[in-house]
Amino acid sequence: MELSEHIKTANVEDVTLRRPFHPALRGTLCVTSHHLLFSDRKDEDSWQLLILLRNIDATEKSVENLFGYPRAVGSSGTITIKCKDLLVLQLEIPGMEECLNIASSIEALSALESVTEMYPFFHRPSHLTLHGPWGLSSTEKYYKQTERLWDRWRVSTVNSDYSVCPSYPHAVIVPREVDDEKLVQSARFRQGGRFPVLSYCHHRNGMVIMRSSQPLTGANRKRCKEDELLLQAVIDGSVLGYIIDLRSTQQAQQARMTGGGFESKSCYSHWKRIHRHHERGKVLQESLIKLVEACSDPSHSVDRWLSKLENSKWLSHVHSALSTAGLVVECVERDGHSVLVHGSEGTDSTLVVSSLAQLILHPASRTLTGFLGLLERDWIQAGHPFQQRCAHSAYSHARLKQECPSFLLLLDCVWQVWRQFPLALEFSEALLLRLAQEVYASNYGTFLCNNEQERCAAGVKENTHCLFQSLLSPDIEEQYLNPLYEPTDLAIWPSVHPQSLQLWTGLFLRWTEYAQNMEEAREEVWSIVKKHRERAGPDRTNNTPSTHCDTLTPFENLMDELTIL
Amino acid sequence: MEHIITPKVEYVKLLNRYTEKSSALGTLYLTATHLIYVEQTNSTRKETWVLHHHIASVEKLPLTASGCPLLIRCKTFQMLHLLFQREKDCQDVYQSVLRLSQPVKEDELYAFIYTPHQNKEDRRQGWEFISLANDFSRMGLSNEYWEISHLNKNYKICSTYPSILGLPKSASVATVTGSAKFRSRGRLPALSYYHKDTKAAICRCSQPLSGLNSRCVEDEQMLQVISQANPNCPFIYVVDTRPKLNAMANRAAGKGYENEDNYSNIRFHFQGIENIHVMRNSLQKLLEVCSMKSPSMSDYLIGLENSGWLRHIKSVMDAGVFLARAVCEERASVLVHCSDGWDRTAQVCSLACILLDPYYRTIKGLMVLIEKEWISFGHKFSHRCGHLDTDPKEVSPVFTQFLECVWQLSEQFPCVFEFNERYLIEIHNQVYACQYGNFIGNCQKERLEMRLHEKTFSLWTHLLENQHQYRNPLYRRTVESTLLRPSTLPLHFKFWCGMYNHYDRGMHPKQSVLDQLLSLTQKQVEGERTMTELQRQLAVADGVLPNPSGPINAPAEQDSPNENTPTAPVVQSNGSCAPLSNGDGEEAGPGAEKCNEKEGAEPAATEHDLTSSKDKPVSVETEHSKEEVQESH
Repeated sequence: MELSEHIKTANVEDVTLRRPFHPALRGTLCVTSHHLLFSDRKDEDSWQLLILLRNIDATEKSVENLFGYPRAVGSSGTITIKCKDLLVLQLEIPGMEECLNIASSIEALSALESVTEMYPFFHRPSHLTLHGPWGLSSTEKYYKQTERLWDRWRVSTVNSDYSVCPSYPHAVIVPREVDDEKLVQSARFRQGGRFPVLSYCHHRNGMVIMRSSQPLTGANRKRCKEDELLLQAVIDGSVLGYIIDLRSTQQAQQARMTGGGFESKSCYSHWKRIHRHHERGKVLQESLIKLVEACSDPSHSVDRWLSKLENSKWLSHVHSALSTAGLVVECVERDGHSVLVHGSEGTDSTLVVSSLAQLILHPASRTLTGFLGLLERDWIQAGHPFQQRCAHSAYSHARLKQECPSFLLLLDCVWQVWRQFPLALEFSEALLLRLAQEVYASNYGTFLCNNEQERCAAGVKENTHCLFQSLLSPDIEEQYLNPLYEPTDLAIWPSVHPQSLQLWTGLFLRWTEYAQNMEEAREEVWSIVKKHRERAGPDRTNNTPSTHCDTLTPFENLMDELTIL
Repeated sequence: MEHIITPKVEYVKLLNRYTEKSSALGTLYLTATHLIYVEQTNSTRKETWVLHHHIASVEKLPLTASGCPLLIRCKTFQMLHLLFQREKDCQDVYQSVLRLSQPVKEDELYAFIYTPHQNKEDRRQGWEFISLANDFSRMGLSNEYWEISHLNKNYKICSTYPSILGLPKSASVATVTGSAKFRSRGRLPALSYYHKDTKAAICRCSQPLSGLNSRCVEDEQMLQVISQANPNCPFIYVVDTRPKLNAMANRAAGKGYENEDNYSNIRFHFQGIENIHVMRNSLQKLLEVCSMKSPSMSDYLIGLENSGWLRHIKSVMDAGVFLARAVCEERASVLVHCSDGWDRTAQVCSLACILLDPYYRTIKGLMVLIEKEWISFGHKFSHRCGHLDTDPKEVSPVFTQFLECVWQLSEQFPCVFEFNERYLIEIHNQVYACQYGNFIGNCQKERLEMRLHEKTFSLWTHLLENQHQYRNPLYRRTVESTLLRPSTLPLHFKFWCGMYNHYDRGMHPKQSVLDQLLSLTQKQVEGERTMTELQRQLAVADGVLPNPSGPINAPAEQDSPNENTPTAPVVQSNGSCAPLSNGDGEEAGPGAEKCNEKEGAEPAATEHDLTSSKDKPVSVETEHSKEEVQESH
């Protein structure tokens, strides 16, 4: 079926658009294969609203005159559109039939299943060519930049045809002394084949953060010698490593009944296991739904709001993600031990925790390019199933399948870190907001599919544009930069006291007047900084993003930074 | 002095509020004015100064194996948990602090011994710097409808009101005095704010003595003339800020609220702000939440909800917004009261003023507003703050709530206030500190009798001298009076960590945008100064300008009326501990070289790995325990 066949009515005149905190507008509404376009009919400076249909999470329609005749005088309908970026719009459409047609087109076209039918495959901006560079970072690049790895670690391409682990990238970093055959064995012992691979090597002491999925020990405590050897090779002679299991002890025990399990002390004698309970999947999705519902509650009772906020548990999830990331950092940085992080599948909370720990530890991942590179390696290439997780957002009435806002949780945690260290990140809140939007609906191919294998099969790299490349193009980069950025080489430990964590108003109150006031403040900050820079003169090089410099800053510089802080 | 049993105790532990690991060992000193804790390690010396007036309670906890604990809670929300080795020391300090923190007579207050470097003339100017009369004329009084009246100059009509009042021009003396007699404690309807553009006014008073069905012609006339003083609206709002139930209960006691049938053209509204006792208990609960040891997110949020604190803040804000909108959008005058008209009424009127008039959003404007609505109109600071050892039931955080409402507004509108959060916190600290005379006493008459203007100094001078610290770098000055329209949806009311957990540094952002921007703008000002100076020198060299003999005046900063006041650098490590004057400096002992607190202050979180010391905790919250490792068999 061609996409255009879903469109029965393409154009309606005299539509009224209502948005929160804006006066209602009248104009023309168009539906295309991928967009909803509203345009008021003024000749000069006409205002247009273009919404990706993919961005629409839910539609609610109400028509008057159900039993009347179509096109009868006064018959009309209202469609409420709830977007995945939390915007809610209302369209009043004259003509019942038109209204129903438009609604059904939106419903069909916003829920396309086939990746190659999605808009990124059709998005062809004039200033970009398809053959430009794609992506910012990869396993190989990271390995090349990280000199500390060269001695004891290697890049393995055992997964080059994705047969060992369908959700891993073609190349992974593993201990040098473990050969590919052992990796294959270890993969068989881990859920989904996600054997332990290196995610991060700490630039200061060479300790590493590994990630994997749960071992398949099952009820009768199976063992896998190769898996044990692999982990032994990770700590290589040092006395101890930590396994951060993102499930409660009880959950981990229960997992054995379904074939999963955990690394027991007797088989992995040099590893110490710590359990931290993290919610995932449906629970997390429902938490988001409850929070968004609470935020749009029009009631004026503070008690009700606080109780709904508490009940949504969203901030509790933020709290545990940051706490566990802090724990990982403590192991690596303070105690000087390597860490393996996993939950059950190793595709959600595992990634939240390991990438947050890197942000806290590693100065290079706090630059704009560094952060995007981190997301690319640790989320996109590491096989976070974006397509499944982000099929729907907080408004959808559809039955939940694999939806889960893990990535949104990560962004929220990063925002909390930014709020506590407003000078330490090179990127701005605007970047986090943009990513929160792009991950659900995008012109770009970056977040399409569930893993590298699927992306290769669909030809994503060849047929779509790369979001990260476009974010870095000089003309739009500035809005994503933090004007106050001052690089620091130190670890940035966020406080996890409940009093220190806040609702991410930038995201959850994005479409209110409040956001406009914040925007004004941001402009003011920029103008102060710009005035200051002008005075400082052109010779003062200001915060040029240092891309992936893993080398240590000389010690004197460190001292300078310390005094500034 | 005679109350200090032991001036110095060594080897006192200061326990960290959240983790036992990072407690300090040091020496405790008691001086006439402060309790000082000095923590001395090899290279750093950290001093914590606590003003006796700031101490709200001191409590001896049950003896433990490690010593005798003493818990000191402050009105500034600081908490000191001390551990003494000897029971006797603990008892001595307990008794001394108990006595020192509860002065009995006014002249025991700090303000009566505190002498900053000001001569008589400075002192006089300091006190005259802010005046009610000036603010009335700024609003445009006297005019066609309103005049400044001296009827109360001997505090005869109302003892708790200021000596000058803004009253409708057409109100006769008989109407005024008659109305005062019909109002609780004689607090008659008087002008709080006149809105030039709409000619609408906010007036304030206390509840009428209407009882079950008493009437008063003069009071009815009074409201009538207030209504007539506004040509733009045929009615006035009468806002009773209390919950309806409370107001009805008062009727039985011969007080109550206005009967709409007896007054022509009034529209009556209840606002539902709770009384001082409810607020006191609510704060108590809030502080319990603040001091929970490692609460979960849910514990915290449930505690926050159960305290009801934010609900009360919102009720004050709602009432303020109601007033401001009535005046600005409906062009209607408003008469506000609660019971006595000195707590809730003060909160609501001052909040409405801030919403209506950008002047009150400036550093000086806020001083004027506090002087007008709170000090002059008789908010009972001495009672509400518990300056003296009096009835604890009179104590209530009414003024704190007002400051918090302003803070909540500044969170919604980051560019409209000239001052920053520190200004509000500093004012709060000073209200309780009694270091300056402004907040001593319960009304103007009392202050006059205490001769505060001769014996003490004014806080406002001190604040102005330090105003660079209190600036909001994001402030966009506006002249036209634009009504602030805050959202009063519950989700906009946030917990004010900077106030109630002010002393728990670990909870605050580790880097400060404010400091960063202040330093940038400061450099900017300096840069501009040198630039102008260079230009001047060039001009002098060119012979365009005559050579000035004195130093070249730097271009005055906008809107700083007292450029001439001396700006002696004031060393102040935190709001609570201003330097002692020379007079009583001897007892200060360790204070001689005070305020190296910067170095000793809790290490910035990021410092951690540089020193790479394992034992040096970086921030308490990262102390994750690893005890939970469990092994299956």
